[in-house]
Amino acid sequence: MPINLDISEAPIREARLGAITGYAGTLKDLVARTRCGSTISNCERSFSQTSSCSSGCAQTLLANIVDAAIVNHAPVGCAGDTVYHNIANHYGRFYRQQDNRNIQLINTNMEESDTVFGGTEKLRAGILEAWRRFRPKAIFVTTSCASGIIGDDIKGVISELKDEVPIPVIPVSCEGFRSKVWASGFDAAFHAVLTGIVKPPRQRQPSLVNMINFRGSARAYITRLFGRIGLEPRFIIPFATVEELETISEAAVTATVCTTLGSYMGTALEEQYGIPYVKTIPPHGFAGIEAWLRGIGAAVGKEVEVEQLIAEERAATQAELDEIRGRLKGTRAVVGMGPSYAQSYLGVLDELGIKVLHAASWHYDQHYDYGDQPPAILRAAAREQDITFSVGDQQLFEITNTLSRLKPDLYFSRHPGSSVWAAKLGITAVPVIDEYTAFGHRGLVNFGWRIIDALTNRNFVNKLAERVRLPYSDWWYGQDSYTFLEQEAV
Amino acid sequence: MAEVVEQIRNVCALGALQSVVAIPRAIPIIHAGPGCGQKLWSGLSNGNGFQGASYVGGHTVPCTNATEKEVVFGGEGKLRETIANTLKVMDGDLYVVLTGCTSDIVGDDVGEVVRSFKANGAPIVFAETGGFKGDNYFGHELLWQAIIDQFLEPTQVEQGLVNVWTVLPYQDPYWAGTLQAIGSLLRSIGLTPNLIYGPGEGVASIRRIPAAQFNLLLSPWVGLKTVKRLEEKFSTPFLHYPVLPIGATETGSFLRAVGAYAGVPATTVETTIQREEERYYYYIERSADLLFETRFLPGHFVIIADSFYALGLTRFLINDLGLIPEVQFVTEKVPEEYLPLVEAEFARFDAALVSPVHYGADGRTVRTELEKRTFRERPLILGSSWDRVIARELKGYPLSVAMPVSDRLILSRTFVGYEGALRLTEDIYSVILSSFQ
Repeated sequence: MPINLDISEAPIREARLGAITGYAGTLKDLVARTRCGSTISNCERSFSQTSSCSSGCAQTLLANIVDAAIVNHAPVGCAGDTVYHNIANHYGRFYRQQDNRNIQLINTNMEESDTVFGGTEKLRAGILEAWRRFRPKAIFVTTSCASGIIGDDIKGVISELKDEVPIPVIPVSCEGFRSKVWASGFDAAFHAVLTGIVKPPRQRQPSLVNMINFRGSARAYITRLFGRIGLEPRFIIPFATVEELETISEAAVTATVCTTLGSYMGTALEEQYGIPYVKTIPPHGFAGIEAWLRGIGAAVGKEVEVEQLIAEERAATQAELDEIRGRLKGTRAVVGMGPSYAQSYLGVLDELGIKVLHAASWHYDQHYDYGDQPPAILRAAAREQDITFSVGDQQLFEITNTLSRLKPDLYFSRHPGSSVWAAKLGITAVPVIDEYTAFGHRGLVNFGWRIIDALTNRNFVNKLAERVRLPYSDWWYGQDSYTFLEQEAV
Repeated sequence: MAEVVEQIRNVCALGALQSVVAIPRAIPIIHAGPGCGQKLWSGLSNGNGFQGASYVGGHTVPCTNATEKEVVFGGEGKLRETIANTLKVMDGDLYVVLTGCTSDIVGDDVGEVVRSFKANGAPIVFAETGGFKGDNYFGHELLWQAIIDQFLEPTQVEQGLVNVWTVLPYQDPYWAGTLQAIGSLLRSIGLTPNLIYGPGEGVASIRRIPAAQFNLLLSPWVGLKTVKRLEEKFSTPFLHYPVLPIGATETGSFLRAVGAYAGVPATTVETTIQREEERYYYYIERSADLLFETRFLPGHFVIIADSFYALGLTRFLINDLGLIPEVQFVTEKVPEEYLPLVEAEFARFDAALVSPVHYGADGRTVRTELEKRTFRERPLILGSSWDRVIARELKGYPLSVAMPVSDRLILSRTFVGYEGALRLTEDIYSVILSSFQ
């Protein structure tokens, strides 16, 4: 179903993409049963640990738009994550040589009386203050469980302030309780940008690539790669300006480093403005970057140049990769990441010669917005050997149980608050925090050396594991990892 | 109507979850939306001194992850199931159910659910800490009302045992070291501190609370409800000493006050103070060369912190380091009834110095007030990591002491007592000396 930009909020991933957060089985089984229009239903858990919500994901993208502001209509705790967003803000600004300032965000500090009499007065004050204090080019109003349940009329308040606040003020529907899939918050943010910021193209910019990402650490590398084929990246949406976002409709092509992140925005730009969205596997590892660059090349008619670039990059790195493979041969790993990375890294670790025993995915989109199954999982399922595969919204009790059973040499994880638990079990944990880890040929080689380093000195994890205890009962370690996952309805 | 907030310096009532995490082997169970635990942990712990998840924090905290279904049809069933399975999976000595906005707005009867487990012998309590009800200072007191009323049993009083009520764990990134240091001070005059949080006995120390000779409340106002409730329920008297003792002056007066209240012989207290001060001044004497023989000195100082730190730090900087206050900001919502108490303490400094104090959680107040002022020398600005931006603009010397502290790793560091004051002095002058080298 095409993306609808005439409605005020993006439908959640469960409704749009058949996204699930509960599954235990194998990779091939999951792929086979979600192929060609067939879908599986989500399995609920009768025990769970605290997950993450849409609001955090929406704010992590929007808080770092250079000249926009956020009004978070919520009790003050819902802004707890803004502390970390500000760390990201300083980090990003420092490395871009932008001026030193804090994120521009106001929390409306909802209290008991607001839940009784409504919080619209607070919201009005918040928007006016954001305008007065920051003079931003746009204001995003993020919602919360509290504002959602009491039913504050966000759009009403915004429309009443139209004359006083002469910039786009855009609601972002990201109440935590609405979706179990925190990535729904990415879509809420993109929907707001698409409906409130992006303008119809005035002219095509044939060399411009919309590069959908998070923190953009590989800017120099990508700029160099793209430069070789006559293209120029624009990294969105963190650290972009409102003006830059207004004209993403003029780009020649949209690409992403994370297909979970990029689906909504990429598909919408393609459907709405005819900008091709690169639908290959993500650009991690040799196979990833090569497929991805070919996808970009095909979209802009640069196939020949891309082949030459690939040949050069491969030639510059192949020998080193062979050496790394030799050193990592025989190591065994478990993966726990968001779906795009969990799938993509199965390929990455193959290329490094690491055997993956089990993969856990923080959720699973049965198809993307353009209708297809995620390409990286299809590629992984096409391998000869099947592996066990689970889906859970970072349910660490399941992961811990699995790790203690499989005792891998390595645990690769993405998302804060996951790797450390493997380290406490004495397993060498390699967190994939930066989205450009293993990006491209050179990134894969760097990642390989990082893993070798991690395995070379295991003193910290070994000694830690001898002394700390994890918070689980002995009983739990004796159970099946998925004891609390309900059986699928047949 | 409470003001809107730019740059949060505390979280909501459900932040009490981190007070539970601070008690070894106490397990929080949160009945809330899926993001609450992550956001609160991120703000109070991860982004605040990188304090870590500990035994059961971060994403290991059991949670109902309430969805539309629980909001529309009620979440009692989901909570019951989550508690029952938590008792099987999670290895702990006390389980604390805390609710979030979703449950408190739809009105789940959490008490009924929790009581059914308690009736079957589970060590479990609950508090309704929906985020809209107040901040985490408020939530922390709700937590203790719950533990006192639902968990504690009367027991034989042990002479010399003192419950220490002082830090707000995780909100104060220096809580662990501070609590240990206060414990050492009490031991130095022959008392036995019951510290409750941090490395130690965990839930066993909670069970000992009713055995204390007295409760020591070392905080301007947070914890008053707790010690009063303990007095009502167990007739345990309390000593309220409002100022965090940093440096020789305040620490001496703290030890004398506690000693007198506890019935410790004055000679014991004086001997301790003399010994500690001799050691302390051995180092302070050496710092005098830097202070009087170099050009590297701060101008007036500014503190942006909650009343606990704002007061304690101001006392030390005025009474011991001999600095001049410019303006202070108290960032937590001090309840009306305690405001006079806090204000009175801010009027009691040596040399009759007075410092203007602003109250309020909105970070913009800091900028507005500081921009109005003329700083003749580079000011010393003790605040949060948010304040490093304005500090830079004013060419000040920033040191992060209050939530959020995202520019330091904090493990056992503390500014309290004699040793802590030496650390603080080192930190302040290291910021100054490293600012140009």
